[in-house]
Amino acid sequence: MATVELTFSALPAHVRTARLVATAIARRTGVEESLLDEVRLAVGEACSRAVEAHRVHCPGEPIRIELRDDSGRFEVTVSDQAPSDEIKQEQPLDLGMLSDSFMSGFGIAVIAGLADDVEVFPSPKGMRIRMSWPAVANGRTG
Amino acid sequence: MDLKLDHHNEDRLTIVEVEGEIDVYTAPRLRELLIDLVNKGNFHLLVNMEKVDFLDSTGLGVLVGGLKRVRAHDGSLELVCTQERILKIFRITGLTKVFGIYASVDEAKEAHGKDK
Repeated sequence: MATVELTFSALPAHVRTARLVATAIARRTGVEESLLDEVRLAVGEACSRAVEAHRVHCPGEPIRIELRDDSGRFEVTVSDQAPSDEIKQEQPLDLGMLSDSFMSGFGIAVIAGLADDVEVFPSPKGMRIRMSWPAVANGRTG
Repeated sequence: MDLKLDHHNEDRLTIVEVEGEIDVYTAPRLRELLIDLVNKGNFHLLVNMEKVDFLDSTGLGVLVGGLKRVRAHDGSLELVCTQERILKIFRITGLTKVFGIYASVDEAKEAHGKDK
C-alpha cells in the first residue's frame, strides 16, 4: 500500500480525525483487529503531544503524519516542528509530583507501552515519533 | 463520538457519568465539571467510565488533577471501569496504584460506605 501523508493544523479537534484515519489505514494494511485499539491510542497520544507542543511554540505550523506499509509492518511517523531536546525520564509515582507538566510526559510513556516498536527523535527543530506494528504482508486488496 | 457528561448525588457520593471520548479536545470539559463540583463542596467523586470509548493521557491528567483537588479537602475520586482497553492505559502509566477502580457503581458505593 502506498504511503499516506496527512498534515493538520495544531488544533485539538483534528487529533480525533488523525486517529480515525490511522486506524482505518491500519485495518486496510492488515493490522490485527486486536491491535487496532493500540494503534488508535498511540497515534492519538503522538498527535496530542505534537498539538500541545505547537500551541506553545509554533501554533501556525502544521503537524505531519505519515502512514505506510513497510515490509509487512504498519509504520506511523508523527513529526512536529516545536523544539524538543529531551524526553522526561521515568520516575516513581507520587501524586504530589503529578503536575500538568509531568503528565504531559505520559504521552510518550503510553506510546512506548502500546507500540510494538517505537523510536523517538527529539531535536531543536522538532520531534519525530516513529512507531510500528505487525501487519499482514501486502495488506488487504479489497 | 463526542463527550457526554452528567452527575447526580447519592448519599455523600457524587456520581459523574461519562460517555464518549476523553481526549485533548474534550478533556477540558471534564476538567471544568470536576473543578465546578469541588468548588461546590462535592469532595467524594465517583467517575463512571463504563461508557467511555476512548481515554488518552490528557484524560488521565484531568482525573489526576481532580484527585489532587478532592484530596486537598480529604475527599476521594474513584473510578468505575471494567473495559480492558481503558484499564490498559491505567496499568501502563501505573495509575492503578493511585485510583480506586471498581467493577460497578454498587461495588464502589459499598466500599465507600465501609470507609465512613
